[in-house]
Amino acid sequence: MAILIQFVIGLIFGLGLIVSGMSEPAKVLNFLDIGGIPAGTWDASLAFVMAGAVAVTFIGFGRVLRRARPIFAERFYLPTRRDIDFRIVAGPAIFGIGWGLAGFCPGPALTALGFGSSSGFIFVAAMCAGMVLARFVADRPSLMRFVAPADPLET
Amino acid sequence: MVATSFTPMASLMGGALIGLSAVLLMWAKGRVAGVSGIAARLFPPYEDGEFAGRLAFVAGLVAAPVLVRLATGSLPPQTIEAGTAILVVGGLLTGFGSVWGSGCTSGHGVCGLSRLSPRSLVATVVFMAAGIATVFVMRHWS
Repeated sequence: MAILIQFVIGLIFGLGLIVSGMSEPAKVLNFLDIGGIPAGTWDASLAFVMAGAVAVTFIGFGRVLRRARPIFAERFYLPTRRDIDFRIVAGPAIFGIGWGLAGFCPGPALTALGFGSSSGFIFVAAMCAGMVLARFVADRPSLMRFVAPADPLET
Repeated sequence: MVATSFTPMASLMGGALIGLSAVLLMWAKGRVAGVSGIAARLFPPYEDGEFAGRLAFVAGLVAAPVLVRLATGSLPPQTIEAGTAILVVGGLLTGFGSVWGSGCTSGHGVCGLSRLSPRSLVATVVFMAAGIATVFVMRHWS
C-alpha cells in the first residue's frame, strides 16, 4: 500500500513538472537567461512554479508536522543541520552550472525519461554517475580536502 | 534558442501540484521530497529499507508523461538543444553537485525554503546564481 502511494505521489510530482513547464528545458533556460530581459525573451514563469510549490508546501508541512507521526513510518525524518559549511555552497554552485548547461534539474530529468528522448536518457545516465560519485566522495572526506603547498602533510 | 511563452497560471498550478506531492510524501512517509536524494539512494550503499518506495516515487515521475500522453493523446513540447557533450557534462555536474550539496531544486528550493532552513536558503540562492551565470556565459559571451 505504501509503495503504491509513493508511486502516486511521484506521479503527482511529475504531472506538476509537466503542467508547470519545468519539463521543458527551453523554458528553464529562458528563465535563467536574465540577459534576455532587454530583448523580451526572458520567461518569468518558473518564479510562479516556485511560488505555487512553496506556498502549498509551507502550509501543508505546517499541518502535517503537527501530527504525532507519518502514516507509513515511525517518525518524521527532517534535516536538522543549520550550519553553513563549504559543501552547502560548493555543491549547489556545481549543480547550478549543470542546470544552466542543459536546463534540467534532477526531477525534470527523470520525467524526461517518460518523454522517450535519447537526449534525456543521456543526461540521466550522466546524472546518476555524478550522484554515485558524490556519495562516494562524501563518504571519504579526505578525497575532497584541498591541501595548500604550505600545509603540513598528514602522516 | 527557442522562444517560450509566459505561462503564469499553468506554472502556478503545476507548482501547487509539486507542493501537494511534497506534502503528501511528508504525510505518508515523513520524508522530504528531494528528488536528488531519492534518486541517489537507488544506488548503493543502501542505508535503510526504503529502496522500493524510492523506486516507486521515481517510477511515478517517469510515468507522468506516459499518463499525459495516454489521457490527452499528446505531450507538451520538450526542446533539448544541448548536444551530447553538454548533456554529459551537465548531467555529471547536476548529479554530483545536487547530491554533494545535499539537495536540488525540490529538496532545497521547495521543501527546505518551506521549512525556513538557512542551509536551503543559501543553497537555493547559490544554484540560482550559478544557473543564471552559466546561461549568461553560454548565450551572451560569444
